[in-house]
Amino acid sequence: MYHARLWSSRHSRGLEIVYNAVNPSLLSVLRGVSKLFGRRFDKPITALESMAKGFLFDCQMCGDCILSKTGMSCPMNCPKTIRNGPCGGVRANGMCEVNPNMRCVWVDAWNGAAQMKNGGAIKDIQFAVNNQNQGTSSWLRMVRDE
Amino acid sequence: MSKVEGITTRQGLNPGDPLPQPPGHKSHGRFEQVLRAGHFAITTEIAPPDSADPDEILKRAHLFDGVVDAINATDGSGAHCHMSSLAVCAILTRIGYSPVIQVSCRDRNRIAIQGDILGAAALGVTNLLCLTGDDVSAGDHPEAKPVFDLDSVSLLQTVRTLRDEKQFLSGRVLDTAPNLFMGASINPFVPPLENRIDQLAKKIDAGADFIQSQYCFDIDLLTSFMARAVDMGLTERCYILIGVGVLASARTARWLRENVPGVHIPDAIIDRLDGATDPKQEGRNICVELMQQIKEINGISGIHVMAYRQEKYVADVVKRSGVLGGRQPWAPEQMKTSIGIVS
Ligand code: SF4
Repeated sequence: MYHARLWSSRHSRGLEIVYNAVNPSLLSVLRGVSKLFGRRFDKPITALESMAKGFLFDCQMCGDCILSKTGMSCPMNCPKTIRNGPCGGVRANGMCEVNPNMRCVWVDAWNGAAQMKNGGAIKDIQFAVNNQNQGTSSWLRMVRDE
Repeated sequence: MSKVEGITTRQGLNPGDPLPQPPGHKSHGRFEQVLRAGHFAITTEIAPPDSADPDEILKRAHLFDGVVDAINATDGSGAHCHMSSLAVCAILTRIGYSPVIQVSCRDRNRIAIQGDILGAAALGVTNLLCLTGDDVSAGDHPEAKPVFDLDSVSLLQTVRTLRDEKQFLSGRVLDTAPNLFMGASINPFVPPLENRIDQLAKKIDAGADFIQSQYCFDIDLLTSFMARAVDMGLTERCYILIGVGVLASARTARWLRENVPGVHIPDAIIDRLDGATDPKQEGRNICVELMQQIKEINGISGIHVMAYRQEKYVADVVKRSGVLGGRQPWAPEQMKTSIGIVS
């Protein structure tokens, strides 16, 4: 949802706090599930991730989540899927060059990052996404250290 | 004008032969030598023709003889289809020009791009500009499939992997690495203004040796941007060339501002064109003044003149601006025959 997405990047600091608080326990639960049941629950877990992050961030399930490094604004919503943005075409009013009805996801990303404690991570160079991971769960990948 | 010995006169037995690569240089190209020698460099761009005729390219390049150090060949700019950048560059290197191949991520994935980079180096191209590229919706084939497998920064990393690690992204080893002087673009004139400096820093971290900026019509913005770049030590790590444009009229200026992504033209410039009796001449005067002001700003290594459909005025604005001092960039001997394959 576009409006939820804008809300999320505006409240990046709050989400960062929640993320830092919840992430370790979420990962340990998933680690347990993964140990006990192998890959049997991969599908529902992936669906859950897709739903939660889809609502909050318009997550595209690239399988290589970097939201915490991009001001809680998902870079895969950029029409050019730029992971080191923004491009040079951002409109003077901050809207996307390709889609004038959408705020540039990277303007939101830099604004979001400015509020976050570890917002400086947006300066890290992101390598091109591994397209083989498209549609898979980032959570499970983190757990399995793939 | 006197010729500076060395850089501007040096060439191999045949004009297209590679120059010896001095120690510490990334390429064996003349453009890198000019910048590293501390000269104020001028580059420009060639609009690849909608044609299969190679002579058309040489005709266009010839307009810039003696006033530019390198010529960019655009890669389907504005998402419009033209002759490929690689082919244009290959033709230019044949007679010794120093082209900059523009590589955009819109049309090719990492397999095609890496292949083209090796091919370009094999054809004598020594400079490369890494761009993300305009979206297909901006061009004449909006129904095309946009690729964007890489972005400008991961493209810089890719070139660095090929050049410095001598391998493909897959890790497969190259027999001979491409020696390329690698560039990127910046646009300090559009949002998020605060973070444009970080974007420059990121591109330098990713390996950019030189930068060519988007059109600059706003000296105040540029001055504050460059002050930060100098403070952060970025100008020590990379050569920055600032883009200027030749505007033909207030109408073109308005059109550019509204239709070309990322072009920022202050009202003052448009008013000046509106009020001029000879807008074409005024557009060139504005360009000359901008060039002179840009040269005075600390940390800038050169100017990139983009004069789409105004190519014949490039020599005039460069000469009038006086930014080259007494230096005359290398130019090839006049060709006696055509290389045309199309009769
Ligand atoms: S303006 Fe922003 S969202 Fe749009 S293509 Fe450029 S970087 Fe992506």
